This record gives sequence, C-alpha cells and structure tokens, in this order.
Amino acid sequence: MMLRRRQLAAMGAGLGVAALATPALAPSALAQAAWQPQRPVQFLVPAGTGGGADQMARVIQGIVSKHSLMRQPIMVVNKAGGAGAEGFLEARNSRGNPHVLIISLSNLFTTPMSTGIPFSWRDLTPIRMMALDEFVLWVNAESPWQNVAQFVEAARAGRLRMGGTGSRQEDQIITVALQRATGATFTYVPFRGGGEVATQLVGRHIDSTVNNPIEAVTHWRAGTLRPLCVFDSRRLPGEGRVTESMGWQDIPTCKESGLDVEYLMLRGIFGAPGITPAQTAFWVNLLERVSETPEWRELMAQGAFNTTSLTGAPFAEWLTREEERHRTLMREAGFLAAGG
Amino acid sequence: MEEIQLLGHGFAVALQWENLLLMVAGIVLGVLIGVLPGLGGANGIAILLPLTFTLPPVSAIILLSCIYWGALFGGAITSILFNIPGEPWSVATTFDGYPMAQQGRAGEALTAAFTSSFVGAFIAVVMITFLAPLVAQFALQFGPPEFFAVMFLSFACFIGLARGSPLKALAAMMFGFLLAGVGMDGVTGQLRMTFGSMELMRGIDFLVVVIGLFGLSEIFQSIEEGLRFKGAKARITLGTVLRTWAELPRHWALFIRSSLIGCWMGITPAGATPASFMSYGVARRMAKDKDSFGRGRMEGVVAPETAAHAAGTSALLPMLSLGVPGSPTAAVLLGGLIMWGLQPGPMLFVEQKDFVWGLIASMYLGNIVGLIIVLAAVPWFAAILRVPFSIIAAIILMVCAIGAYTVNSAEFDVVLMLIFGVIGYVMKKLDYPLAPLVLALVLGDRTEESFRQSLLLSEGSLAVFFSNWLVGGIMTLGLVMLFYPTLSKLWAPRVSPAGAA
Repeated sequence: MMLRRRQLAAMGAGLGVAALATPALAPSALAQAAWQPQRPVQFLVPAGTGGGADQMARVIQGIVSKHSLMRQPIMVVNKAGGAGAEGFLEARNSRGNPHVLIISLSNLFTTPMSTGIPFSWRDLTPIRMMALDEFVLWVNAESPWQNVAQFVEAARAGRLRMGGTGSRQEDQIITVALQRATGATFTYVPFRGGGEVATQLVGRHIDSTVNNPIEAVTHWRAGTLRPLCVFDSRRLPGEGRVTESMGWQDIPTCKESGLDVEYLMLRGIFGAPGITPAQTAFWVNLLERVSETPEWRELMAQGAFNTTSLTGAPFAEWLTREEERHRTLMREAGFLAAGG
Repeated sequence: MEEIQLLGHGFAVALQWENLLLMVAGIVLGVLIGVLPGLGGANGIAILLPLTFTLPPVSAIILLSCIYWGALFGGAITSILFNIPGEPWSVATTFDGYPMAQQGRAGEALTAAFTSSFVGAFIAVVMITFLAPLVAQFALQFGPPEFFAVMFLSFACFIGLARGSPLKALAAMMFGFLLAGVGMDGVTGQLRMTFGSMELMRGIDFLVVVIGLFGLSEIFQSIEEGLRFKGAKARITLGTVLRTWAELPRHWALFIRSSLIGCWMGITPAGATPASFMSYGVARRMAKDKDSFGRGRMEGVVAPETAAHAAGTSALLPMLSLGVPGSPTAAVLLGGLIMWGLQPGPMLFVEQKDFVWGLIASMYLGNIVGLIIVLAAVPWFAAILRVPFSIIAAIILMVCAIGAYTVNSAEFDVVLMLIFGVIGYVMKKLDYPLAPLVLALVLGDRTEESFRQSLLLSEGSLAVFFSNWLVGGIMTLGLVMLFYPTLSKLWAPRVSPAGAA
C-alpha cells in the first residue's frame, strides 16, 4: 500500500517536471509581440454553481465585461464532477490552448490526494493568486463557550459535532488539525455548502463550524453565531464594526488564543499547460487590472479575504509548500487514496 | 399592518417602468429556458448573472427572479406536449399532462398547468409576505434527521402509485437508487461505481436520464406506431382557456393541499421536485378512482404544478432570510446577491427593506405578467402539435440532444441520453413503471446523505429519527402513508379493494 502511494507521487512529480520543462523550451517568437485572446475564453470552475469559486469566477467575468478589459468574452463553465477533478483534467488536456482558464480552490491539492486521480498544479500554468480565503471557528451564540479555551475544554470533555462543507476537503482538514492540536475528538458531519453549514449551526444541529467569513457573517450580525478565532497568522483586515460591538479585527487569531492551527484557502487562477510566457503575461496583467476595480475590492471587503496576491516564481513556491503541507495533513488524517 | 405598508412601498419600486420592462423580458426568457430541456433555470440565470452587474440590485433580482418564474411556467409546456420534462419538477406533470394532450386536450392541460402554477406561487408569496420571520424560524428546526424524514415521507406518499406488479415497481426504484449512487459520495469523499471512467465521475444527471426515458422512448414508440401523432386533431382557441377555468374552482381543496405541500418543501428546503412528486402522490391517494390517474386527469396536472410553483417560490425565503438556497436556482441567485453587495441572511430584511419588499412585490406582479403571457401563447404552443410528426420528431430529437449536452456541457451525456432512451423503451414494453426509477434517482442521493449525516450525529443510533416531536411526527406520518394501502384494506375491506394495488 505504502509503495503504491509513493509510486503515484513519483508519477505526479515526473509529470510535473515535464510540464515545467515545456514552456521553457517553447519557441518564444510570439513572446515578443503582445498577445491577445483571439476567440472567446473558457473559464472553468471545478465546483458547482453558487459556491465561492463560482461566485468569484462570475465576478471576474462581470468585471471584465463591465470595464471592457478585453475584447473577447469570457464564458464561465462549471465542471464539478469528481470533486472538481473533471475541471482540472479538462484544463490539463487543453495543452497549449491560451483560451482556457481555471479558478482553483483547495481541491487542487485535496482531490488528487483523496481520490487518486492523477493531476497536480504542476500540470497547469499558475497565473495569479487572487486572494486567500479565511476560516473562522464559529459556535452558536447561545452556547456557553465565550473563547477558545472554554471551547477546547468542552471538546476534550465530550465529543463535539463539527459541521463542514464536503468530505476530505478544507473544512475536514482543519477539523483534523484541530484534533491534533487539542487532543480532542470531533464528530465531523459533511454538508453540501457553506450556507447550509452555517444554518445548521444556527439551528443547533451541530456544535461548531469553520465557515468562511462570508458564509457566516450575516448570522453573526443577527446575533445568532459567535466567532471564536481565525485560522490565520494575523487578524482579519477591515476597519469599522460588523456587529454593534465588534469588527473583523476584533476576532483573535487561533494562535494568540493558544490554538496553533493555521489554514488559508487558495483562490488562484491557472491556465492550460504549455502556454507561452506572453500569453501568461497577458493574463497576469488582466487579472491585475481586475483586482484594482471597486467591484473587486467590494467583494474582498465583504468576505474579509486575505488579499495576498502572488504571481510567477513566488506563486509556484507557495504552491509547492502548500501541496506538501496538504499531503502531510491528509496523510496524518488517513485521507490519502489507496489505503490509509 | 407593517407588512402591508412595506409591501405598498415595494410595489412602488417594482412598478417603475424599467422594472416592469425587465419583468416581461425575464418572463419571456425564462419560458424559453424552461421549454428547452437541460438549459434549466439555474444555468440560464448563471449565464445572465454577470450582465446584471450594471443594474441596481433590485432591478437585477427582478430580472433574474422573473427568469425563474418563467422557467417554472415553461417547464410544463414540453412535458404536456411531448412527454419531455423541460425541468426536473415537471416530470410529475407528464404523468397526466401527456395523456391529456394525446386525447386532444392539450390546451386544457396547458391552461390547467399554468393556472395551477400561478395559484401555487400566489399562495406562497402571500405566505412569504406575512409569515417570513415565523417561517424562517421553522426552517431552522430542520437538521439532517428531519430532512431524512421529509424524504422518507416523499417516498412513502409515492409508493404503491404504480399500476401493475409491485415487484416491478420495486425493481425500477432500486435501479434508480443504483444510478443515484454513481459518482462522488458526499459523506466520505470517495468515488463510487465510476469504474475508472472520467465521465461517470460527475454522476448520472437526473435530467439526462429523464430526457432519454421519457422523451426519446416516446419518439421510438411513436415511430413504431407508424409516425402518428395522437394530439394532432386538437383545435385550440382562447375559449379552451375559459372553459378550463370554469372547471378549476372545483379542485379548490386540491389547490390548497398542494400549495401547502409546496410551501413546506420549499422552505425545508427540499425543493420543487420532491414537492411535485409528493403532491401528485397525495392527490392520487385522496382520489376516489385512483386508477384514472395517469390516463389524463386534470388533477394529475394541477397537483404537481401547484406544488412545484409554490415550492419554487417559497424556496426564495430561506435564501433571503437564512442564506440557504432552497433550490439550485436559488443557489445561483444567492451568489448574485453577494455580487451586488448584499448579504443574504437575517439582516437583509432589516437593512435592505427596499430590496426585499421590491422583490416580494415583483413576485406578485411577475406571476401575474407571467400568467398572462403564457396563457396568451397557449394556442401557439398547442399549434406545434399540428406540425406533421415526421418533421417535429427530428426537431424534438435535436432539442433533446442539445438539452442533454447543456446540463453539464458534456458529450458523454448525449450518449447516456440515447442509452436511456432505449432503456425507457424496453421498460415500457416490459411494463416496468418509470416513475419509481425517476423518483429514486432524483431524491436518492439527498436521502442517503441525510440518513448518513443523521447517523453520524447520533453516533449510529436509529432513535435519532424519533428524537423530537417534529422528526417523530413526520416519520410517523410517513409510516402511516407507507402502510395505508394495507391498513385501509384491513379496516374497510368492502370499499374499493381494487384501488389499493
């Protein structure tokens, strides 16, 4: 079992080297002239309609057409099958096609690991990290837990029920990390979407969640949910108050509350493998301009996103690091495909 | 009352001429989207969503929600005329709607369907207007065990509905469950029954199967019968509409019952599709001559359409007040809200009164506009039936293929549709009922998911399904419905023993 997994990882690495090598070898005649899309662009979303990635893709589509940032239209296509594998494989198979983009969430790392479907970010051309999505530990406002310490104590005393989106994905990974950090055991219950998870917590069918800020903010403001801490190294951005007495920056980080767990989710854009540097440059530039529009800033503020953005080599380094971290987390949780 | 005043203000917003114009445009677009199988309301709205960036939020939601109403209306058209459900929630409409069309009563069936849709929606909007906060509280009571209980009740209402051999019905249902299991398992995140195929990873889409099972197999059968199209002699005028209306008030109890089922399922949120099936099942249960269902009874059209539209409308309530979409279309609208800078959820009603009440007012107006538009078009829709079958069959085939492709933009789905066309034809020849298969396929994975979620929460104890009055009540009702045929036989052996088969 162990061996098979290693072989798979080796295979993935091999593919990755090939993918990295190709653009370097490609003739750079086109690279000199500024490149522009010649036909409509297909923007793949490896998730269903209505989710966070889908929203972001459609916001980008809307911004590009509203501000006329590009002559050709963008078409958003959802390819959610196999926890997003369908979308990633389609992008991978569009080698050299500059008219294909894909937005990614954490399933870029988790889906190949948990299903064994062989693909990785190395099969794609990283274009730009648009933002990182934050995670917050939420409990019901009527629960007795006012801070992380009380929550952890309760979790150690008896099994608490943690709700989250999907299985073997980011929410469950955070839950596993929580278990490791505290020694407590949670019953993880997967649901279909963040909104559903938040509502289940409001209805007290579960004890806690790790919802994204945007998924739970309205319940926080209505006084039905309470944030305990944010899984980031620094506090959330955003001046001013969200509720009557608190703002995003008033939520402590988990680390400063004595819970050493950090997790951020990638919201990044990738191109098909083997596209030229000029084509990559065009997309980097376009997305740069998207992120300068008021609509984009509004979205960032609403969701209290971590607005870190990366391109080029630093982005690739970040991806390498995160992939390794996910593999470690998933291995420890026993979520890797082909045995555990 | 405060609501009346707020609603009046909402009407002032919705009645601005540009909003009215958007309303008409939305309805017409929606009807077209509903008519084309596969291009469902969710897809249609998702495509148009970025265009609404430049509109004020209230106009944008009026446009998009009117597309939604339009799609709800439009779904019935192809179900009745060609036995091809344009939308998942109009599957149950085919059971009696299509036989009516075959008997030359297409106009009647369409009028009944549209009017029922309107009534269902209207009752749901009235409920949203006056009971929104209360209803939102009720929706919060629904955790996984309650959700499973609702699904169980849907199945219980529908079981025994098929005529003929109960074993064949059971086999068809199990086949449906099997198909529902293909793809990603939401609870463990594992792939099931995909046999290493990329194409099977996304699961077997309900619409693709239904287009094949109902639409294609119908065409195959018509070809076998010598290209005759049975509804061809129907002559339809606006007089048909008036005559049907004169008949409809007789079914007032059915309207109320179906609307209640619809509202409930919309809020829970289970959605319009289970609502339509449950309502059809209950209508048949309550009828005196059960066997006439499925052979062209108007009640068989009224019940599912009323419930589907009531559910579709009330599904917007949990979206607005809790941020939980009650249907796939509502999920896309939810994304829209966030894009326009609005936070769906409990605070929306407090902070965005213009928006919320403008939307609610547009629900009233949109449905009235919608009813007028689709009714005026009934003669035209029905006129399609006078086109020779040899021509229309080719067009239907093409529309089916496009529809199957559009669901997931996948060519494989077109092949799948053809395969299910043949399966449907064979099943009809061998007298296997299609309805249980469809029901199991459409509700199967949600049912399984909520069952397993419940057991996770209870750490394996089945007692969770009787742990409070709500879930226990629904489960008990389900059990009664399930064993009703047997029980009624025991208690009253002399009253129509044949009907309980």
